[in-house]
Amino acid sequence: MSDTDEEVVSPTAASESESVADEGESVAGEGESVADEGESVADADVDVTTDDAVDAVATDVDVDGETPLEVEGLRKTFGGIVAVDEVSFDVEAGTLTGLIGPNGAGKSTTFNLITGMLEPDAGTVRFNGEDITGAQPHEIANRGLARTFQIARELEEMTVLENMMLAPKGQSGETLWRSVLPFTREAVEREEAAQLERVWEVLDFFEIDHLAEEYAGNLSGGQRKLLEMARALLTDPDMLLLDEPFAGVNPSLEKRLLEHIHELREEGYTFLIVEHDMDLIMNNCERVIVLHQGRVLQDGTPATIRESEDVIEAYLGGEV
Amino acid sequence: MSGTDAGGWFDALFDRDLSLVLVVLAVIYVAYVLAGVAFGYGLRGQLNSIANLTFYVGVFGMLALALNLHWGYTGLFNIGIVGFMGIGIYVTALVSKPPVAEGGAAQVGGFGLPLGVGILAGVLVAGLFGLLVALPALRLRADYLAIVTVAFSEIIRFTMMSRTFQSVEVPTALGLRADTVGLGGGGGLILNYTDPLEALLRTVFLWDPYLAFLDLVQQTLIPNNPKPVVDGLLYGVMLLVGVFAFYVLLTRLGRSPFGRVLKAIREDEDVANALGKDTDRFKLTAFVLGAALMGFGGILWYSSRGSITPPSFRPNITFFIWIALIIGGAGSNTGSFLGGAIFAGLLYEGPRYVKNLVEAAFELGDAPRNFGEAMAGFASLDPMPFVLYTLDSVSQLRLVIMGVVLVWLMHNRPEGLLGHRKEIASSVDLSRPSGDGTTDAPAATDGGETR
Amino acid sequence: MSLRIVGAGRCVDSIGSAIREPVSVSTETPRFDALEVENVLYVDFTRCSEECYHVSIADTYGRYRQTLAGDPLAIGVALVVLWMVLSLVSGLLSGGIQVSSLASLVWDGLLRGLIIGLAGIGLSMTYSILNFANFAHGDYLTSGAFAGMATSYLVAGISENSVGPLLLVGAGGSVFGGALGIGVTTAPLAVVLGAVVAGAFAVLLALAIDRIAYRPIRDESGIALLITSIGVAFALRYLIQFVFGAGVRGTTAAGSVPRVNVPMLDGTVRITAHDIALVVVAIGLMLGVHLLLQRTKLGKAMRAMSDNEDLAQITGIPTEQVIRTTWIVGGGLTGVAGYMFVLWKGTLGFNDGWLLLLLVFAAVILGGIGSIYGAIGGGIIIGLTASVSVIWIPSEFGRAAAFVVMIVILLFKPEGIFSGRTTA
Repeated sequence: MSDTDEEVVSPTAASESESVADEGESVAGEGESVADEGESVADADVDVTTDDAVDAVATDVDVDGETPLEVEGLRKTFGGIVAVDEVSFDVEAGTLTGLIGPNGAGKSTTFNLITGMLEPDAGTVRFNGEDITGAQPHEIANRGLARTFQIARELEEMTVLENMMLAPKGQSGETLWRSVLPFTREAVEREEAAQLERVWEVLDFFEIDHLAEEYAGNLSGGQRKLLEMARALLTDPDMLLLDEPFAGVNPSLEKRLLEHIHELREEGYTFLIVEHDMDLIMNNCERVIVLHQGRVLQDGTPATIRESEDVIEAYLGGEV
Repeated sequence: MSGTDAGGWFDALFDRDLSLVLVVLAVIYVAYVLAGVAFGYGLRGQLNSIANLTFYVGVFGMLALALNLHWGYTGLFNIGIVGFMGIGIYVTALVSKPPVAEGGAAQVGGFGLPLGVGILAGVLVAGLFGLLVALPALRLRADYLAIVTVAFSEIIRFTMMSRTFQSVEVPTALGLRADTVGLGGGGGLILNYTDPLEALLRTVFLWDPYLAFLDLVQQTLIPNNPKPVVDGLLYGVMLLVGVFAFYVLLTRLGRSPFGRVLKAIREDEDVANALGKDTDRFKLTAFVLGAALMGFGGILWYSSRGSITPPSFRPNITFFIWIALIIGGAGSNTGSFLGGAIFAGLLYEGPRYVKNLVEAAFELGDAPRNFGEAMAGFASLDPMPFVLYTLDSVSQLRLVIMGVVLVWLMHNRPEGLLGHRKEIASSVDLSRPSGDGTTDAPAATDGGETR
Repeated sequence: MSLRIVGAGRCVDSIGSAIREPVSVSTETPRFDALEVENVLYVDFTRCSEECYHVSIADTYGRYRQTLAGDPLAIGVALVVLWMVLSLVSGLLSGGIQVSSLASLVWDGLLRGLIIGLAGIGLSMTYSILNFANFAHGDYLTSGAFAGMATSYLVAGISENSVGPLLLVGAGGSVFGGALGIGVTTAPLAVVLGAVVAGAFAVLLALAIDRIAYRPIRDESGIALLITSIGVAFALRYLIQFVFGAGVRGTTAAGSVPRVNVPMLDGTVRITAHDIALVVVAIGLMLGVHLLLQRTKLGKAMRAMSDNEDLAQITGIPTEQVIRTTWIVGGGLTGVAGYMFVLWKGTLGFNDGWLLLLLVFAAVILGGIGSIYGAIGGGIIIGLTASVSVIWIPSEFGRAAAFVVMIVILLFKPEGIFSGRTTA
């Protein structure tokens, strides 16, 4: 399925091999026993000692009601091509929801529409009960909706520590005069010191503390993914949108990542994950949304998805 | 073995900022003095040259630092620097010049307010124009922003030159001292307000001691009118203090959460946005601050002149500052200053200094009037006409040299002297805090029990 | 509309599935010279996610015409234009503005605009194919002008003056252009040779500079190349000043150029032979460029490269050859434009090109980077703005008005007015 090394493989190569693999797997999955469903990888392998680390990482997750994210009727066209067409779904609190679909089904576009990087032509997005349609990305992030990027976008000329220290919200030192004037600067320094503690704890949690002083540009692909997620976590989000967090990541690291995600989920975080790896999604998510040609094809539990003929045809057929 | 030792020592030198700066400055100054001595340059000439050198080191250093805030930290490609400089000095002149009735030969006057007020006004208005430019232009990509800023600085220059704003009668009903104010049009403005040096010395009550000092110099070193020379040197020192102030401000700014966000914006603005930073606000703040600093730099630069005219504010100066920044290394504050110093010493003043020295040392004839006559000498295998012509045209040639140096730098070392050095953007040391988690600060780490 | 889609990468099938029109999708790499290419859809598949859908179709007029209706910028511009027209009409009717002076301004602006447009073609091409703003472009113009004028001086004055001063175009007052009688009617050979040499010299210069300064860093960012071009501009301009001197010299005896006073309602509009010469040369060259781009293989390759160099490389277009052609065409046009400019205005100085550069940028941006017709159209608009704006604003702000137009376009519609037509 994935490669053995941690390097992020170039998207073209990865996708081609993955899509072939997906097709093969979904066919095989039809015959697999239902016992797969419900088994969480995390249960078997959670390390007791990471409980403290999780405590340190997780903060009070403030989720309004049962469905923090509600998407309705999202639509986006690019020059005559409809990339996202009447997409509607809800994500329930404290769940791992998967968003899958063949190449170019509109998954990342949907992410970008939700997180404000693109403005939808129609439709609404509601987060924690508030309408965030078309809001600026930074406003949305400040409300507690964090995202990671498909190709890990590290700030390469900055160290891992700098990347992490960037993330927390509401840093008083981000106001110019506070950072420069003598008395106020002392307060900023104290705040930064406190923040630093937390940063190191999160680094420990993701086990990349040994890379702390490295420039992010020197990290391998898998390490960048970890940094990406660690950084997103430091913004104290209520919900995380992960865009292909496992692409190009080796199996053992993938396992670790999944463990972290499950631990965090148990703390109350909500996850919406875009992935190509069908197995992974089917085995870990409580709910799966399938996109195809910009529309929601199916929306339900992994079992439902596996048995859906539409989904199978979408992956296998690929009719043009 | 000694090779690596020497290499290691050299690298260590580069690591300690202060020593690096001092060494580079020392090398430049010593070179100037030695050259002067070797060519038999008189004391007065030497001191003047040193004063000139210090002046340009100061102004280029300050302006390169200000540009570093825009480009090195925030990634804003601003080639309208001279526009902001011009705004600074013109506003200061407008505010502080005496009214025409009191001002002697000047045809256009000002509001006659104290120089301090004028300088403050100049800086503020420069910052204001920075806001005006940045508000719409923030979202533009780098090369478009470049074009907008250079168009802006040219529009400023047209305004300076225009007849419309040349002189305006102030209605007496307003009860102001001012009678005729304006930008002076093509003729520019005579800076007939108080000499800034004198104003500064008076404010700190050092004016009379200074005059006494001048008497002393007159008796010992320079019998003939020492004031301009000493003034020049003192002004240069004042500029270096200004550089230091800029440096402190910008380093504090850089080593802070604010600076961290700026660096992030330069690298990848989308990521900064995704982490909840309102990048527009940061870019605006950085641009306005940089513009205000450039205004201040312009005020200090031109206040040493007797007058200002629009042709001084052509984009060439902007490009000089860019070359200085590239030499020193964008992104590093120390590098910016060093770039300014090296540019001033070697590329800007250097050629002219060499020319002065050569002319003082050798009895040279008149230079040929044009290139043809200069080349004509080669027909009879006499290189002198060409050499003379070259010396005479050194002001132009140094611009050719600058161009070549810039191209060479972009090919071989675009990061300049210190650009590779990454200055960590944080107000505290980021190493792992010692201790086992119990710190003075209340534990802001966990939120309590697991849910 | 039937589209042929070319590309490689993960999104190919997605494009096919997303487009509802009959379409052929191919992941082969077609040989460019084997195809009759009408409408080619180039999509950068090598990047992922929603960028799969960023299509650059060769003509999108329809789309822009649709959005123009609801565009706030369009409404704002319409209002400003309305005010201008009203004040103009009232001025004309009341006699404050004479029709003949208006016509003179328009004629002047048109001519200026043709020069800016000619120079702009080269800048637009290099901006889009080589992906950087060439700040040395103005100095190519100056170089062409000097080379051409030196030739003209030589041809016109060789019988009575020595070679040296002639070649230096009268540096330091050694020869006076007016005395040589250079003009289209008085010394046609000198002018023709001058224009040819101007173009040829600019071509050689552009190629040499590309080889020395730009090729070594061909793949660097546009900003790095921009900064490099600033260095080139400095070196070139001040080398010219070193050789030719700083003075502005008169190149033609203004009185000797034949002119016609065309009667126009309440006055006359003066049209000189040099005006006509400029128009003829400019239109001729523009026609030539049009034919080159539309009818030749190389032209098609240039249009493709302007869209996407990587893709062009995949499809087998020889990029270095296209780049060379760009410099040749662009440099040649700019050199001739410089010469005609100097011939027309009658003076020559080392700063001429630099002073024109921002206006040329304005024209290119207005017209849309990469669009030849846009450069020409943009040039004419900018020239007219700089010239005719004196009706509404003080004359010293004529150029400022053109800059303001450029800034407004950059802020609201950076792809330009004629955008969507790439290199055609």
